Amino acid sequence: MATLPGEALRVDPPIALAEAQSARPHVAIRPAGGWTGLELRELWQYRELLFFLIWRDIKVRYKQTALGATWAVLQPVFTMVVFSLFFGRLAKVPSDGIPYPVFSYCALLPWQLFAYALAESSNSVVANERLVSKVYFPRLVIPVAGVLAGLVDFAIAFVVLIFLMLHYGIAPTWTIATLPLFVLLTILTALAVGLWLSALNVQYRDVRYTVGFLTQIWLFLSPVAYSSSLVPVRWRALYGLNPMAGVIEGFRWALVGKTAAPGAMLAVSVLMVMLLLVGGLFYFRRMENNFADVI
Amino acid sequence: MSDLAIRCEGIAKQYRIGQREPYRALRDTLTDAVTAPFRRVRAALGGGNGRPSNGPATIWALKDVCFEVKTGEVVGIIGRNGAGKSTLLKILSRITKPTRGSADIYGRVGSLLEVGTGFHPELTGRENVYLNGAILGMQKAEVARKFDEIVAFAELEEFIDTPVKRYSSGMYMRLAFSVAAHLEPEIMLVDEVLAVGDAQFQAKCLGKMQDVSRSGRTVVFVSHSMPSIRRLCTRGLLLSKGVVELDGRVEEAVERYLVHNLASEFVLDPDPQKPAITRGSATWREGSGIRLEVSFSSPTPLVPPVLGFVLGDTFGNPLFGSNGRFDPHPGMPEAMESGTIVVHIATEALRPATYYLSLWLGDHYGDYCRLERCLTVEVGTGAGETWRPPQNAIGSFQLQTRWEYDPAPALSGAR
Repeated sequence: MATLPGEALRVDPPIALAEAQSARPHVAIRPAGGWTGLELRELWQYRELLFFLIWRDIKVRYKQTALGATWAVLQPVFTMVVFSLFFGRLAKVPSDGIPYPVFSYCALLPWQLFAYALAESSNSVVANERLVSKVYFPRLVIPVAGVLAGLVDFAIAFVVLIFLMLHYGIAPTWTIATLPLFVLLTILTALAVGLWLSALNVQYRDVRYTVGFLTQIWLFLSPVAYSSSLVPVRWRALYGLNPMAGVIEGFRWALVGKTAAPGAMLAVSVLMVMLLLVGGLFYFRRMENNFADVI
Repeated sequence: MSDLAIRCEGIAKQYRIGQREPYRALRDTLTDAVTAPFRRVRAALGGGNGRPSNGPATIWALKDVCFEVKTGEVVGIIGRNGAGKSTLLKILSRITKPTRGSADIYGRVGSLLEVGTGFHPELTGRENVYLNGAILGMQKAEVARKFDEIVAFAELEEFIDTPVKRYSSGMYMRLAFSVAAHLEPEIMLVDEVLAVGDAQFQAKCLGKMQDVSRSGRTVVFVSHSMPSIRRLCTRGLLLSKGVVELDGRVEEAVERYLVHNLASEFVLDPDPQKPAITRGSATWREGSGIRLEVSFSSPTPLVPPVLGFVLGDTFGNPLFGSNGRFDPHPGMPEAMESGTIVVHIATEALRPATYYLSLWLGDHYGDYCRLERCLTVEVGTGAGETWRPPQNAIGSFQLQTRWEYDPAPALSGAR
């Protein structure tokens, strides 16, 4: 690979020529060279496309379903009812002094967002294969759009929580101001995992079957139906290695404010997400060179 | 040379084929289109070149392609299926990366490998225009500004708020092309998108493309349609098996393509379950013209056997055609299961040149087999010929003419 015919012949353009062309955009096409930069600036240039892809996903989903936006409410509400019945009433799972329906719904909100965003983003590149094989744009737009499209459902489901808290007479405290940060963390967690899975999915379609299974297992590993206070204190930071543990306890703390702030556990979760995310971004960028060829 | 638009240096692209067969069904048709010719080549080589059949096999779709395009040039890329045309365009469009070599593009690039990419059937025409515009790299404001023009060009004013799934395929393609046609980059990469809609709209599309190519923009255009290539391009790049075989004037490239990819006879081994042409040959002899001989076979008798042919020039224009259905001729049997049909074509009216023939086979009920440009024939020996203007300037026919000269001077002013 050291002495390629093309490279041996390459002559750098004279300086005057290079200057004359500097006004026009210059696209340099080079062989894929393993790990590359993230080109986040280019991603920003394509923000309109990102917006349109999100808009398309949302619009199409609501047009194609009979119940439309109702689904965004039905899913978490029914899950909350079932959880409240079986875990709250029958199994009497402790809920940190919060009414069990509110306790579980606070967790189901980020969980549904995460599960939906993960499913969408990990399937996103394959689902948009025509775009990938026919048009150039930063490929990162696709999984990012997949993740962000879940926010509309989240917003709709959030309205139910307001009614639920009114019903139980729970007033939010100052901690609710931190909620946007936890929403962001949920999105980043889904994106971090979704980046890995969406790139893998192009090569190995097995990923599609894995995601559903993974989400199920992950649900039980996360403090949705139970509280992380069940986990012994000395193991709690370790429990934070599951980023969703930090996210969910953070949500409960931000919304209801009765539980203790998830300190060490949250810190571990944030660190974990950052590691997964940065790794995922670079992995995705590396794999995207092959997308159009193997998809 | 300060107005360089595209420079390719030693572009090569290697594809891996034959891996992960179980997932083949999930690949898109384009990947299929790219790999299918290679698989066929491999099969033709006997498949037994010592390589384990399930191991990774690679193929060079492009090897060492070098060329430059200046700003404002309109270049047509031609070549057979699998020659690497689409791969080259994909590399220039940055959809895939080259395995080796480099390319530099100076200017804002718009690439059009397909019309209607990203169109969603559930969305309305209006919504799809904006979505598709964004996908092709247009700003929202730009689409908004050109929106009326786009809709008017597509002739879809009444249906613009109807979901695209209710469109006919013609309407769909018209809208898709219209969005694409309003893209205004400095450098345009276009892959075979002209065959859209009915004949009238196709003419409109070609006209639009002609406007684009005359507007001083740089265009790289891939097509199988030689008449379109000749109308739009000034320069031709003939690709053959992944290398540039010829880079020159468009007439040269088109002629080389048509001539080199043809033969004066062929033998096929078609599916015996269907009526098909099995063999064909075309020869020219001084005094007797073209003798076209075509054999066919069919599982059931063809009632009656109808052979059609079209004679065309090397630029891709059809010149003359005939068949037993529309030009009934004496001696046509009522039914025939297999056999050979011989056609004699008088060529006094043709200028000496290379011509091609397309064939089709049918019967009273329909057409069964069509072979485009499957034969070439050389008319004229070239012996004792004086120089003549080229065929593309003077045409293919030499019709009988009669000239009159009147030595009396014209009376000026008197009518």
